Amino acid sequence: MGLLNRLNDPYEGGGFALGTVEDILNWGRSKSDWYLQFGLACCAIEFMAVNAPHFDFMRFGTIPRTSPRQADFIIISGTVTLKMAERIKRLYEQMSEPKYVISMGSCSNCGGPYWEHGYHVLKGVDRIIPVDVYVPGCPPRPEALEEGMILLQKKIKHEAIFNKRKRIAEEDRKLGLNYQSNI
Amino acid sequence: MQAQEIYDKLKEQFADAVIELKADAPSDPFIIVNGSELFKIAQYMRDKEEFDFDYLVDLIALDLGENLGAVYIFSSMKHKHRIALKVIVPKNNPKIPTLENLWRTSDWLEREAWDLMGIEFEGHHNLIRILNPYDWEGHPLRKDYVTPEEYHGMKVPY
Repeated sequence: MGLLNRLNDPYEGGGFALGTVEDILNWGRSKSDWYLQFGLACCAIEFMAVNAPHFDFMRFGTIPRTSPRQADFIIISGTVTLKMAERIKRLYEQMSEPKYVISMGSCSNCGGPYWEHGYHVLKGVDRIIPVDVYVPGCPPRPEALEEGMILLQKKIKHEAIFNKRKRIAEEDRKLGLNYQSNI
Repeated sequence: MQAQEIYDKLKEQFADAVIELKADAPSDPFIIVNGSELFKIAQYMRDKEEFDFDYLVDLIALDLGENLGAVYIFSSMKHKHRIALKVIVPKNNPKIPTLENLWRTSDWLEREAWDLMGIEFEGHHNLIRILNPYDWEGHPLRKDYVTPEEYHGMKVPY
């Protein structure tokens, strides 16, 4: 009785919210992403500034985790040398699904200022691991990195959890990619 | 003590290993020294009371066309003077005795000179690469270095 009376005012004494299970799961997943603590060069210093109180990265629900097994995503901030690239690949393979990658700064997007003469620099971390969000800048402003995080949250929110293969195949067909699948 | 005094004192001790003093260069004055006697000269400079060079500031490796050079900068905490020694070796046989037993910092400084320029230091206990990956080929900071096409399956050029 009391419940049916309150159906029309959601803010007086409690109310209902209706949604799909997938919405709620994705909302929880995107707003509490835990990242692997990983900083390489100057972008790492900028990332430390974003974590500091003035720009406050933790309000997105992110907590730094030291082990790749416990992390949801990784922020590659800084120059990726060839010596470090093998270790990054190993760390990425150790993270458990679902995992995401934010590439912060010019050096991990495309090689950055070392694109021409850098004999020791990997020109872009997307040569070894798949990247979800690219944040340009050298280093990016803290507001730019926060926009990158918001974009990652949006990407996670629209991700399919149930009937994943079928829905991804439908989206690809809408984009024009016709491939053979038995879905 | 000024550079000319240091040069004169070294010259009377090691007659022909100390080659010349370049005091009019735009940089600090430096003394060109023969490579084979470097260990004895450096030990003399460290132990003699009036020199007392107990701090190896830096080791700089040079690519001079057909030769390779190494510049050692010494400094004394007590007497507060500083001098640079330059050693020139041919490129096809770049061997210099190591100063690892005199100053501990030359351990890593010589590893860096070997890694990036290719100067071999005889007597060094662990002369392997320090900045590049351990199985890198070539000495990158030479003038005739060519960037490799790929490394361990990763494409290197842009």
